[in-house]
Amino acid sequence: MTSVAQRLALEALPQYTAEVRTNVARRRRWDLVFAVVGLLATSVGVVTLVALFVDLILDGYHRLTPDFFFSFPSRRAAEAGILSAWVGTCLVMFVTAVIGVPLAVSAGIYLEEYAPRNWMTALIEINVSNLAAVPSIVYGLLALGLFVYTLGFGQSILSAGLTLAMMIMPIIVVATREAVRAVPHSIREAAYAVGATRWQVTRDHVLPYSIPGIATGVIIGLARAIGETAPLITIGALTFIAYLPDSPISTTPPFVSFDWLWSGFTVLPIQMFNWVSRPGTAFHANAAAAGIVIVLLTLVMNGFAIYLRYRLRRRINW
Amino acid sequence: MALARPSLIRPRVHHRDVKERVVEAILFLCAVSAVAVTTAIVVVLVIESFGFFLHVSVWEFLTDTMWTPLFAEPRYGILPLLCGTLLSAGVALFVAVPLGLMVALYLSEFAPVRVRETVKPFLEMLEGIPTVVYGYFALLFVTPLLQNFIPNLPGFNVLSPGIVIGIMIVPYVGSVSEDAMRAVPNALREASYACGATRLQTTLRVVMPAAASGIAASFVLGIARATGETMVVAIAAGQQPNLTFDPREPAATITAYIVQVALGDLPHGSIGYQSIFAAGLVLLLITLLFNVLAHLLRARLREAY
Repeated sequence: MTSVAQRLALEALPQYTAEVRTNVARRRRWDLVFAVVGLLATSVGVVTLVALFVDLILDGYHRLTPDFFFSFPSRRAAEAGILSAWVGTCLVMFVTAVIGVPLAVSAGIYLEEYAPRNWMTALIEINVSNLAAVPSIVYGLLALGLFVYTLGFGQSILSAGLTLAMMIMPIIVVATREAVRAVPHSIREAAYAVGATRWQVTRDHVLPYSIPGIATGVIIGLARAIGETAPLITIGALTFIAYLPDSPISTTPPFVSFDWLWSGFTVLPIQMFNWVSRPGTAFHANAAAAGIVIVLLTLVMNGFAIYLRYRLRRRINW
Repeated sequence: MALARPSLIRPRVHHRDVKERVVEAILFLCAVSAVAVTTAIVVVLVIESFGFFLHVSVWEFLTDTMWTPLFAEPRYGILPLLCGTLLSAGVALFVAVPLGLMVALYLSEFAPVRVRETVKPFLEMLEGIPTVVYGYFALLFVTPLLQNFIPNLPGFNVLSPGIVIGIMIVPYVGSVSEDAMRAVPNALREASYACGATRLQTTLRVVMPAAASGIAASFVLGIARATGETMVVAIAAGQQPNLTFDPREPAATITAYIVQVALGDLPHGSIGYQSIFAAGLVLLLITLLFNVLAHLLRARLREAY
């Protein structure tokens, strides 16, 4: 019986092998199909990026004249410019960076280097990750209730800077923690061994090594803040501003003035939003031109951050 | 230990200790500011919403089908805004789920290292583009494009911003899913290959089920993102509260309503002013809900390995 079965099996073997072969070939083809579909799905993003940029350039590039950068907004589309918008963006970003970056980097260092394992630390960590998930417009509502009215900062550059500083804090905290965590323990132990205190170890050894990582997070955070519109509209940024805030530098003592902090403002994305919302292609061209400026700004910043991280990954071998 | 120190250097050590304490206290205060911000968000939203709910009953807020706070005869039903929000998030998800999943599967299991290293920066850049620019793109590029296929599509509709938000969150959904897939131990893949499975079989039958809860978490986080998205819908969806489930119609989301009110000139303390805080509270609760859900899903993932 067995020998018959064996003989039958042997006779059928070539047929089976052929079947297995076609089966494998078919499955390999599916592998290829899936890889191609995956590549296509992935390239949708790249195609969108290109389409968006080309669309902006076609619509708006003829408006990118020097006048556009040095004119105030105007009721006549052809005369309108982004002077008050880019000055506003610079001033708001200055406040955001000065307040947000030290705060967030310190918080990240504390959580990674100092924090004991207790309920307080757990509470802080939960809050940081929750804040990262809060929609940006909610920060605007917070700022409207707290800064604008309760603290009386008004609809000012100061309120705007503080709002964005709170918003980008979680991004920078997370980046700082990752950068600090990547520094090997041997570095810290070597410093402790020669008698350094905890702050000396952090300041002189851990921080210098983690600067590129922290910088990456800071740049990505600031790029996010530059493009952010909704929270600033919520606190009441003006959409039509035909004046500049007081100059921070003066010729009379004390030479530096902080009156601009209390000034009303507009920023690039809000100016763009204002122009998009108007009917008529003339204003849409202005919006596209402003869009080109914003996209270039954020792309350059993000590109630099990505480059920094890439270099970081390649250069450092502990 | 303090007794064992030679008395000569003690003053210096003492000085150093004080500095250490001060530095630690400052760093601690910075970290605690995160708790302060969260608390402030909740307090501000709840206090201002409380003023709102003194005028409008919670029942009316949740069941009325009209949202017209700025009209002469105001009605305060959140349903149309909620509907617009979920509708645009739904359209976004309809785009982002298949694309995000394919991107994650491809980048995690199929793509050669070089392709992955080239594509990922592009995806990150896509994430970095300001939303107001996406709004422009939705209103003046995608809507006219769609009007070629859907003849009666109005200039403002939910479909176009929904699609754009979907493409916008693909990198986010993709990278969260990819992280989940990469967390699947290689031993599982090797076992599958050893049984003679091809790459696709391994991907679909081993990696995907093993990473399922992480992938689900990425979808939920995607909804949370899409729900909180503001500028794209404010620009391209028309800012009219509309209780509809047809994405071809114009509608307003919670976020678009807040923008609309903020652009106007409502006096501080008026009911219209308070209404944006009530709307914001609803938005915060929705995103919180989705984030807790995602957290639970991911916690399940961590348990498995």
